[in-house]
Amino acid sequence: MTFPLFLQHLTNALSLGSLYALIAIGYTMVYGILRLINFAHGDVFMLGAYFAFYLITLLLLPWWVAFLVAIAFTAMLGIGLERVAYKPLRDSPKISIMISAIGASFLIENLATVVFGGRPKGFTVPDVFSQVLHFGSVSVVSISVIIPIFTFALLALLLWIVNKTKTGMAMRAVSTDLDAARLQAIDVNRIVSFTFGLGSLLAAFGGILWALKYPQLNPTMGIMPGLKCFIAAVLGGIGNIMGAVLGGFLLGILEIMIIAFLPELSGYRDAFAFIVLILVLLLKPSGLLGKNQVEKV
Amino acid sequence: MNKQAKLALTIVSCLAIAGIIFSMDNFFGNFTVRVFNLCAIYIILALSMNLLNGFTGLFSLGHAGFMAIGAYVCALLTMSPAQKTLNFFLAPIVPWLANVQLPFIPALIIAGSVAALFAWVIGTPVLRLRDDYLAIATLGFAEIIRVLITNMQTVTNGALGLKGLPKYSTTWVIWSIAALTVVFMYSLVHSAFGRSLKAVRDNEIAAEAMGIDVAHVKIVSFVVSSFIAGVGGALLGHLMTTIDPKMFIFGLTYNILLIVVLGGNGSITGSVIASIVVTVLMELLRFLDGPLNLIFFTTEGLPGLRMVVFSLLLMIVVIYRQKGLMGTREFSWDMIVKGGKR
Repeated sequence: MTFPLFLQHLTNALSLGSLYALIAIGYTMVYGILRLINFAHGDVFMLGAYFAFYLITLLLLPWWVAFLVAIAFTAMLGIGLERVAYKPLRDSPKISIMISAIGASFLIENLATVVFGGRPKGFTVPDVFSQVLHFGSVSVVSISVIIPIFTFALLALLLWIVNKTKTGMAMRAVSTDLDAARLQAIDVNRIVSFTFGLGSLLAAFGGILWALKYPQLNPTMGIMPGLKCFIAAVLGGIGNIMGAVLGGFLLGILEIMIIAFLPELSGYRDAFAFIVLILVLLLKPSGLLGKNQVEKV
Repeated sequence: MNKQAKLALTIVSCLAIAGIIFSMDNFFGNFTVRVFNLCAIYIILALSMNLLNGFTGLFSLGHAGFMAIGAYVCALLTMSPAQKTLNFFLAPIVPWLANVQLPFIPALIIAGSVAALFAWVIGTPVLRLRDDYLAIATLGFAEIIRVLITNMQTVTNGALGLKGLPKYSTTWVIWSIAALTVVFMYSLVHSAFGRSLKAVRDNEIAAEAMGIDVAHVKIVSFVVSSFIAGVGGALLGHLMTTIDPKMFIFGLTYNILLIVVLGGNGSITGSVIASIVVTVLMELLRFLDGPLNLIFFTTEGLPGLRMVVFSLLLMIVVIYRQKGLMGTREFSWDMIVKGGKR
C-alpha cells in the first residue's frame, strides 16, 4: 500500500471513528446515570437524519437552519422517549427496562417505516460538504475533514458542561449515587431528562453527519451503527465519556484498516465489532478506561 | 374440583387437541395449516427462550443465531445431492457435504446438538456476564453467525440461501415435538434441577450459598435452551422449505421475546397460549399493512403498521402489566372454576 493511499484510508477511518464516538457518548452518558442500555439510541440517530431530510426537501429551509431545527427536535424526542418508555420502569427489574427499550426501538423503526416509507431516500448534500480537497497527492471529500472537527468541538463543549457547570456536577452526582443525589436536593428527573436530551442531540448530530457522508436514508439505518457504538462505549469503559470517544475512534479505525489491508475480509465487516465486544467482555469487562466494579450482596 | 374430574378434563382436552390436529391435517387449506404449524414452532421457540429468561433469569437475545445453526445443519443433512448441486450454482459445495443425506429425525437431533455445542463453547465465557451485557453479547453472537453464514459460500450457499428443502415438517411432526417440549419443560422445571434454576434466577448469591453450582446450572440451561432453539429453527426451515441468512435477523428473536413477555416470563402455559395468540394475530393483522378503508378516507398500503401494533402491545404490557398474561403461574382447571378469584 502506498503512503498517500494509506493517508486516504486514515482520513476515512478518522471520520468514521468520529461518528462512532459521537453516538457512543450518548450510550455512555445514559448508562452512567441510569445503568440502562438505551436500545433506541440508534433509532434516535436515524430520526435526526430523517428530520433534516424532510426539513430541507419539504419546507425548503436552508441546510444550516434545517440541521439546527432537526437537532433540537430530535433532542426533545429523546427526552419524550425517556418520559414514556423508561421513567415508569425506573424501579423495576433491569430486564423489564431492557425489554421496554427493545420495544421502543422496534416501535420507532416501524413507525418510521410507516411514516417515511421503507424505500431508501437520497440525502441532498450541500456543496460545502461534497467538495474535493487536495493535500499534495491526497484528495479527500470535505465532509471527511469536517466530521472530526465538529466532533472535537462538540466534545470540548460537552466536557465543559459536564465538568464545569452546575448541571454537569449534578449529572456526575446522579451517576455516582442516584439516591444520595436526591438527598442533596438535586432534581433527579430533570437531570435524567437533560442527559437524554444531550445524548439525543449528539446522536442527531451524528445522524446528520452520517447522512452527509453516506447519503442514503432508510428506517433501519440506525441499527448497525447503534449496536457498534454501544460496543465502542463498552470498549472504552461504559459510563466514561473519554472512554466512549476512545472506543469510537479505535473501532472506526480498526474497521476501515482491516478492510484496507485485508480486502478479502470485507464481507465480515459487521462481525468485527462483535468479536471486539466479546474479547473485551472476556479480557477486561470494565473497558479500557473504566473503573472496576465490585458486586455488592 | 376433585382429582378424577381434572384428569378427565385433561384427557378430554388432549383428545380435542389431537382432533384439531387431525382435522387441520385433512380438511383445511394450505395457508391455515401453515399458520397452525407456525403456532407450534413458536411454542417450541418460546419455551426455549422462557427456560433462559423466565426460569434461569438469563436475558439472552441469541435465539436467531441458534435457530440459524439448527436450520442450516438440518437442511444440509436432509437435502438430496441433486438438490444441492442445483442450489450451489455460484460455487460448488464442499465435497464432505455434497453426498450426505440423512432421514429427518437423526438430522433434527444433529441440528439441535450442533446448536447446543455452539452454546456450550460460547456459554462458558459469555455467561459470566450480567443481564444487559449478556443480552448484547448473545445478540452479537447471533449477528456473527449470520455474517458467517452469508460469507461461507461453499458451505451455506451464502446470501442466496437454500431452496427446495424436503417438506418433512408435517403437522403431526411439529405438534408432536411441541407437545414433547411442553412435557419436557414441565418435568424439567418441577425437578430438583428446575428448583436450582429458579434459585439462581431469584438470587444468585443466595443460591451459591445454598451449595448450587451457579455456573454449571447456567451453562446447562443455556445448552438445553439452544438445543431446543436449534430444533425449532430446523423445523421452521423445513416448513418454509427455503432458508436464507436474512430470515434470522434480530426481528425473529424479537418475535419470540414478544411471545414470552406477553405470556408471562416464567410460565409454560403462558408461553403456549401467547404463541398461539400472537402467531394468529400476526396473520390476522396482515390487512394493516395493505390499503386501509377508514370510512372517511382510504390509506395506501402502509407496510410496518402491523409491527407498530405489536411493539405498542409489548411496551404497554411491560409498563403496565409486567407479569404478562400468566405471570409465573401455570394454567390449571381450578383457575377456570374459580373464575379469577384467588
